[in-house]
Amino acid sequence: MLAFILRRLFQSVIVMLAVAFVSFVMFNFVGDPVNAMVGQDTTMQDREALREKLGLNDPMPIRFARFVGNALQGNFGLSYRTAEPVGRMIAERLPATLELSLVAATFALIVGLMMGVYTGLYRNSWLSRLFMTLSLIGVSLPPFMVGILLILVFAVLLGWLPSFGRGDVVKIGGWTTGFLTVSGWKALILPAVTLGLFQMTLITRLVRAEMLEVLRTDYIKFARARGLSNRAVNFGHALKNTLVPVITITGLQLGAIIAFAIITETVFSWPGIGLLFIQSVYFADIPVMSTYLVMIGLIFVIINLIVDLLYFAVDPRLRIGGGGGH
Amino acid sequence: MRLRTLFTVAALGLTMALPLAAVTSTPAAAKTFRWANDGDVNSMDPYARNETFLLSFNLNIYEPLVRRTADLKKDPGLATEWKATSPTVWQFKLRQGVKFSDGTPFTADDVVFSYGRAVGPGSNIGTAFASVKEVRKIDDFTVEVETKYPNPIFVDEITNWGIMSKAWCEKNNAVNSADLTKNEENFATRNAMGTGPFMLKSREPDVKTVLVPNPGWWDKPQHNLTEVVFQRIANGATRVAALKSGEIDMVYTIPPQDVEPLKKSDGISVLEGPETRVVYLGFDQARDELLYSNIKGKNPFKDPKVRLAFWQAIDTDAIKTRVMRGQSQPVALMWAPGINGYSKDVDVRPKYDPEASKKLLAEAGYDKGFELTLDCPNDRYVNDEAICQAVTAMLARVGVKVTLRAQNRLKYFAQILGPKYDTSFYMLGWTPATYDAHNAMQALMQTRDNKQIGLFNVGGWSNKKFDDLANTIAQELDQPKRDAMIKEAAIIHRDEVGHIPLHQQYVVWAARKNIDLKQQADNMFPLRFVKVN
Amino acid sequence: MIARLSDGLRRALDSDIFYSFRNSPLTILSAVVTLIFFIGAFFSPWLAPHNPFDVATLNLMDAFTPPVWLPEGNPIYPIGTDDQGRDLLSAIMYGTRVSLVVGFCSVAFAMVLGVSLGLISGYFGGMVDSVIMRVADVQLTFPAILIALLLDGVVRGLMGTEQHDNLALMVLVFSIGLSYWVQYARTVRGSVLVERNKEYVQAARVIGLPSVLIMIRHVLPNVLGPVLVIATINLALAVITEATLSFLGVGLPPTQPSLGTLIRIGNGFLFSGEWWITVFPGIALAVFVLAVNLLGDWLRDALNPRLR
Repeated sequence: MLAFILRRLFQSVIVMLAVAFVSFVMFNFVGDPVNAMVGQDTTMQDREALREKLGLNDPMPIRFARFVGNALQGNFGLSYRTAEPVGRMIAERLPATLELSLVAATFALIVGLMMGVYTGLYRNSWLSRLFMTLSLIGVSLPPFMVGILLILVFAVLLGWLPSFGRGDVVKIGGWTTGFLTVSGWKALILPAVTLGLFQMTLITRLVRAEMLEVLRTDYIKFARARGLSNRAVNFGHALKNTLVPVITITGLQLGAIIAFAIITETVFSWPGIGLLFIQSVYFADIPVMSTYLVMIGLIFVIINLIVDLLYFAVDPRLRIGGGGGH
Repeated sequence: MRLRTLFTVAALGLTMALPLAAVTSTPAAAKTFRWANDGDVNSMDPYARNETFLLSFNLNIYEPLVRRTADLKKDPGLATEWKATSPTVWQFKLRQGVKFSDGTPFTADDVVFSYGRAVGPGSNIGTAFASVKEVRKIDDFTVEVETKYPNPIFVDEITNWGIMSKAWCEKNNAVNSADLTKNEENFATRNAMGTGPFMLKSREPDVKTVLVPNPGWWDKPQHNLTEVVFQRIANGATRVAALKSGEIDMVYTIPPQDVEPLKKSDGISVLEGPETRVVYLGFDQARDELLYSNIKGKNPFKDPKVRLAFWQAIDTDAIKTRVMRGQSQPVALMWAPGINGYSKDVDVRPKYDPEASKKLLAEAGYDKGFELTLDCPNDRYVNDEAICQAVTAMLARVGVKVTLRAQNRLKYFAQILGPKYDTSFYMLGWTPATYDAHNAMQALMQTRDNKQIGLFNVGGWSNKKFDDLANTIAQELDQPKRDAMIKEAAIIHRDEVGHIPLHQQYVVWAARKNIDLKQQADNMFPLRFVKVN
Repeated sequence: MIARLSDGLRRALDSDIFYSFRNSPLTILSAVVTLIFFIGAFFSPWLAPHNPFDVATLNLMDAFTPPVWLPEGNPIYPIGTDDQGRDLLSAIMYGTRVSLVVGFCSVAFAMVLGVSLGLISGYFGGMVDSVIMRVADVQLTFPAILIALLLDGVVRGLMGTEQHDNLALMVLVFSIGLSYWVQYARTVRGSVLVERNKEYVQAARVIGLPSVLIMIRHVLPNVLGPVLVIATINLALAVITEATLSFLGVGLPPTQPSLGTLIRIGNGFLFSGEWWITVFPGIALAVFVLAVNLLGDWLRDALNPRLR
């Protein structure tokens, strides 16, 4: 057990380094930040001097070593765009993204579960068909179109919900939360639905498939034969059995949600790390981009690690094979 | 049953087809002004970046010695009067009794300190002081600026230079602007304290910046604001949506296509006017063989006939009505009205005439046309990529096959600017930061010396007569004589077709009807002229 | 070998499936819609009323013509024109073609990559498996959006400015393909893990058949069903991803528009009254993806693989 964990930890470190390196190499090509930093009248000499000063002319390995060295000390440098410490910029925007992702994931899980169970139990009712078609339409519309449609209907035509931003936020320590104000909740609805829609349809279909599978098993037939009530069978036995894969998938999708937040945040001007990243790409703000990617990498690696460990705990067969994944 | 869902999709689409009714909303809270832009103010440090929006925003907090009125006239700010005491010395009398918003008095020391900070490490506004040799304090309220050579427009060059407090910067360890190579934060990046009409109340970068009036401001406020909330909304459609729904009072940049519908919306007024920036096309005339073209061994653009043919093939009026939706003013000069040196009678374009263009190309030996690549940014000027697409189609009609290469500005500038000047046909825009034609002449049109002059003469146009004129203009103090020379130079450039000026893009702002504000041609937006009714 | 593969395919497409196809009107409708899109797209040079790529025929003064049933509509342009005066119907047909090319190429790329890596990983196990699955983890760290954003710059940096035109397409195919191979690899690996211990594979190994042959002959046909289902759904996903990337501005340029690019261009006109520029490409995209998804759904139910 311990050896397994140590090995996975070691692998994770390698993965992180690879992520850091790949992202770093790529950033060399996104454009020249210097031209974005200086005014139009700045001479070539001054531009070159700035480039030199920022170390942009140094060989790649040196710059990478410098980045990793500083990052290990928790120092990610200053943003080329705002001259603020990157660590703090990300820390300040992380709550926005995490709250959005959390609400989106919760929404996806709850609604997806309900729709999935219903469609699984009553597969031929008209409501089931409606749910299934809705879920299909959900995966057929690109997220940005969903966002724009929602803004159009609920913000512009109806005027019920705000079209951008987080509303009023409350500061608690280093964390800003929109959960404590009405405007904060109102601002959350549209982006969370946009972001969660895809995952919701995924969960609906997964739960439905699992339910159908489980309901066919002998185990359920026996339960019914024993005279248990429908409710007890459906929820006590069937649903319980579907939950493990659902939770796993949701966990894995959490990372995807955070990454896909880039689009939602762009459409809704949501001040999270995704928007920060897009902005940084347009500015070639290399310190911010590197830090963002390394952080996303870290989140994924942690999620993967937890999932692997869970599998390890759940499925004894895997203990022999070693390897991971599912 | 499921068939119906297909129609649901269609119906969803059709809802978009319905005319979009503007939603009226509750009026803004007492005298709070909420406005938005596509980008944030990148720093609270007024020397951090030489970009209009940052300077404009921070000048609400920090004031210049000489400010500008809404119609861009020079107006006493922290200096009450100024004069040239010799060809190379400017003397400024400072306003007495002015206090910074933290209560410390404003004196000549602050001006001298601010100069040092502006030309010091980390500052990006140093170019405005390229001609300055020294700034010295004469007494507490007199400052002298000595220039290396006669600089007739020095005062024009410093109207965006906000004065900072020496005491405040020293106390907060912000004597210089943020140094990106040192990993330490600079206090002035996030905090601000000046003599201006507003004070910084709170700042959340990229989200929200709140200003409140400075009760101790020396001037009588024209505005009636109690609070200003600035928010960043990146997406153009979202920005317009927020304005329509009443979530914000004013939008600083409006996409051209939204101008007409917004004008028709209830409760929204649109302000528009040409900006001082001229957007133009340039040709590589330096290389002996064009890059990215099928003509080998020679450069067609060395022939003025070809350049004129291009100009006559481009229908700037069609670009204005269709691509810019009326939000542009075609020009034939490299500097626009509002810039010193503009003359209406020189601003005459050759007629749009594809037939004449074809004839010219044939005369130059290109009756079958030729192929080349047009380089274009896609996120720098209003509708830049769409303009280039239109140009591509127009040139196709006279037989010139243009491949369009549009990319974001970082990649674009890295490619086309010096030292590589890696392009044969390109688009650029320029606003003379000094509000004077000489700035454009020197940067864009004079022969490249690969040091100071002609740095942005990407195509390498070169004309001896023009160069001589430009050099004389730089030091000529006699205004009428200077203007006459600028005019002469402009005619040379126009007749030679050194570049193809396209248009001035419009500055378009939109505000709710209860907001009273003035729009300036330089795209600056001083909040001191805003009223909420 | 090819006979073997087609045999597997034939097995997958036996009469049961056609029975279920005939009995699902929705599936038939989706198939028809998909087919219409395919035909319209691939024969667009012959079927489209105009050639939106021939810039010499464009007239800027025709820009923003509304659909024919609105005032100022022009029968030459049945559903109107875009901001450059391009016929929107033709632009959509050509755009669908571009979207489909990107979709098919990236799916093919992801499939080949994923299936081979999955086979190798599952069959050999051990170190190889470990490395491939770790790479898959890294891969998952970079969603398609990030990969495209980064690759775009890298490729352009490496290739220089010379061959910009086809680059955007290659970058898209590569980055979308790269982000979806993991699913194939994991599915195939799972099946292989099950199959490789079965007697017939053991037997084949004992008689000394080369590993490659065993994999292709015995293991591959067993995973074709799930792979086909993933591929169908991936086609829909790839088209959406392409649209999203183009919307973020890292996709195809307006001179070579895909459906996503058309939507992005049109999005700027949504509030200005020229809704058709974005709505029609949007509807086209949604209808096509919906149809493909319905087909994928049906295929999954018909083949009933144990898919997650």
